[in-house]
Amino acid sequence: MDFGTLLQILDSTVRLGVPLLLACLAGLYSERAGVFDIGLEGKMLMAAMLSGAAAFVTGSVWLGCLAGIGGSLVLAAIHGAAAITFRGNQLISGVAINFLASGLTVLMAQSWFGQGGRTPALDGGARFQALTLPLADTLRPVPVLGPVYADLISGHTALVYLAFAAVPVTWWVLYRTRFGLRLRAVGENPGAVDTAGISVTRLRYTAVAITGLLSGLAGAYMATALQAGFGKEMTAGRGYIALAALIFAKWRPWGALWACLLFGFFQAIALRPDVVEAIVRVKVPVPALDALPYVLTVFILAGFIGKAIPPRAGGEPYVKER
Amino acid sequence: MVAGAQSGRQTAAPGTDTGAGAAIAPAIELVGISKAFGPVQANRDISMRVMPGTIHGIIGENGAGKSTLMSILYGFYRADAGEVRIGGRPVAIPDSQAAIRAGIGMVFQHFKLVPNFTVLENVVLGAEEGALLRPSLAKARASLRDLAQEYELDVDPDAVVEDLSVGHQQRVEILKALYRQADILILDEPTGVLTPSEADHLFRILRGLKAQGKTVILITHKLREIMEITDTVSVMRRGEMTATVETAGSSPEELAELMVGRKVLLHVPKAPATPGATVLKVEDLRVTDADGVERLKGIDLEIRAGEILGIAGVAGNGQSELLKVLGGFEKATGRVTLNGHPLDLSGDRLAQSRRAAGIAHVPEDRHHLGLILDFAAWENVAFGYHHAPEYQANALLMDNAALIRDTAGKMERFDVRPPIPTLAAKSFSGGNQQKIVLAREIERNPDLLLVGQPTRGVDIGAIEFIHKRIVELRDAGKAVLLVSVELDEILSLSDRIAVMFDGRIMGERLPDRTDERELGLLMAGVAE
Repeated sequence: MDFGTLLQILDSTVRLGVPLLLACLAGLYSERAGVFDIGLEGKMLMAAMLSGAAAFVTGSVWLGCLAGIGGSLVLAAIHGAAAITFRGNQLISGVAINFLASGLTVLMAQSWFGQGGRTPALDGGARFQALTLPLADTLRPVPVLGPVYADLISGHTALVYLAFAAVPVTWWVLYRTRFGLRLRAVGENPGAVDTAGISVTRLRYTAVAITGLLSGLAGAYMATALQAGFGKEMTAGRGYIALAALIFAKWRPWGALWACLLFGFFQAIALRPDVVEAIVRVKVPVPALDALPYVLTVFILAGFIGKAIPPRAGGEPYVKER
Repeated sequence: MVAGAQSGRQTAAPGTDTGAGAAIAPAIELVGISKAFGPVQANRDISMRVMPGTIHGIIGENGAGKSTLMSILYGFYRADAGEVRIGGRPVAIPDSQAAIRAGIGMVFQHFKLVPNFTVLENVVLGAEEGALLRPSLAKARASLRDLAQEYELDVDPDAVVEDLSVGHQQRVEILKALYRQADILILDEPTGVLTPSEADHLFRILRGLKAQGKTVILITHKLREIMEITDTVSVMRRGEMTATVETAGSSPEELAELMVGRKVLLHVPKAPATPGATVLKVEDLRVTDADGVERLKGIDLEIRAGEILGIAGVAGNGQSELLKVLGGFEKATGRVTLNGHPLDLSGDRLAQSRRAAGIAHVPEDRHHLGLILDFAAWENVAFGYHHAPEYQANALLMDNAALIRDTAGKMERFDVRPPIPTLAAKSFSGGNQQKIVLAREIERNPDLLLVGQPTRGVDIGAIEFIHKRIVELRDAGKAVLLVSVELDEILSLSDRIAVMFDGRIMGERLPDRTDERELGLLMAGVAE
């Protein structure tokens, strides 16, 4: 495998890792606050469909992106109401949201565009365009670092840079701000937060809203950056893989980055069976390669990574004790 | 009724006599506080005043309304009627934030700490200076250093809370309150989880706070603590405040009577034991838990007929495992004989065979192991003895009528109130639940009774009854193994005392030749 091929694979690792990373960070906020969210998948799907549709109709990718975030926020609010206000079972609420989104997205897209549940193909300003970073072409001739900068680091869409920036920002928010301290506390012992005179309900809703925002971005990225439009079930379990990555990362932002890039890498090599064949010298069937990230997910969830302790109050509605 | 006459008696608290100068406003004054939860009147027309710079105790049985009253003060509940005055001024306390602003700090029975945060982070939580943490943490660090010097409240600010001992965690709770500038500190059953020496340290801290002019409210059911540290004490019974007295002018007997509403024996009289043949012999008993941690590290003990062996120790030092092994639901290695016959230690589903061998068990955790709370009393009485011939109608069916009759008899003999066999177990008070378990186990006439925490969550009146029954069983020539974290109980019931620490027996003492101090040292793992 030559250097160019490696760069290509790493480049698609980044592209494919970004929706996972956004979804994973989305889940991190909610779960750190003690609200488990397996509805990431549904929120991404809804955002993908709405952003695809709105971008097509308005011709503006940014308006599309906003529509996607809006749809994701609505689903997040439903989950919040069920889990926080009505103290319902968080897993059931999440599953319901996934089913709802899976059916509703296709239904809406079909009734609006009549293209078999897809949104029309996007082009031009209705899609996120690759950004060329300064001096990319000037530096390209520099050995090794030049191509890395020009082909791997430069040339992605705005959402990719946003996703990567979200990692240190999340770390900083979590560990260096008052909001982060309270967020972590409410996921571990909401009683401590309550007796300190802070509203558990408000904190958890805020966290769930951030989750809605980030999973909205993840969905919008799928439909308007990675692909050119929404297709049925286009998220293909990425919401669940993001949850596995979150466990792999032990609910930490930097861990989330590496975990999502690892999953992205597996998805990337699944796209290059020729490279895999060249390395292992056996023809690996493409479906087997496609299954790799999911197999990895199963291994990780089976506890392959050692002990990952979830936030202690996770999944439990907070009830004031008498 | 004696208490009826004393009901509503209000003795002036020290400080209310205004002396030469102007009147000092009470630190806290409650006027006519009432609170109902549905049909249950938890607090009825409560009035109380606590002077600044004093330690005020509140005692009462479970369900007397102590915790509800304090929750109202801390803004957890709103009172239906009545007024709270702080320093003479009426204040509204709609939430905990308001209580904190009014200078009230609360140390809950179950600590409200974030286990994986550092001490510093826990102290700062909710009292941050601004949106960024760094300045808040720096300020708290300096302030903690001052508080530590002033009040004997030494805690490493960078230690993670879950790594600290319970006593230190409690200090963090106190520090939290002081950091928020609390002038009034409420502690709810603070010594329940402490070793005697930790409790002594806590009391030194409380005296220090008092010396600095802070007001302390101590909620407890332990009369000894009330006598030791409070200046004034209020007694609650069934949602009402029946008396407020000066501690120095009162006695444990008087307070117990005010709590229960009748005369109570605080110490059950018992004749010296006349031990007979060895009933239980335990040699080199070892238990390793699922995580591979050794919980019992070679226990040797012996109990003879007509003898009560008390096991003292801070909860979690292997007492529970010992009871479980002997009760037949925990695997162990070593050798245990009952009346000379070896017991099978290889399984954890041997409770039935233990009963058949003559071991009865009143478990520590009444709600999980002793009873099924949703089941009726008569069904609970059958558990473990449901194969008894007298409960069978024929080869296939049980004779429920006989069971209910039998339960009614047990309830009468054990003074269970109300004596209704068809009532669900959860509808009885803690003391009456315990009497149901005790009746089931004791009336089978066992050779050995295992009894764990017999009076945990049990009212003072029922404690007297339960203690009497245990002593009666001993006098009938049975062996009793008593596990309790209450040293008072151990000292008053046991004929011999073994102290457990870290899965070992630290030593054996005779109750009339030891004291709480010596036992406390053994409980803390300090060998002689």
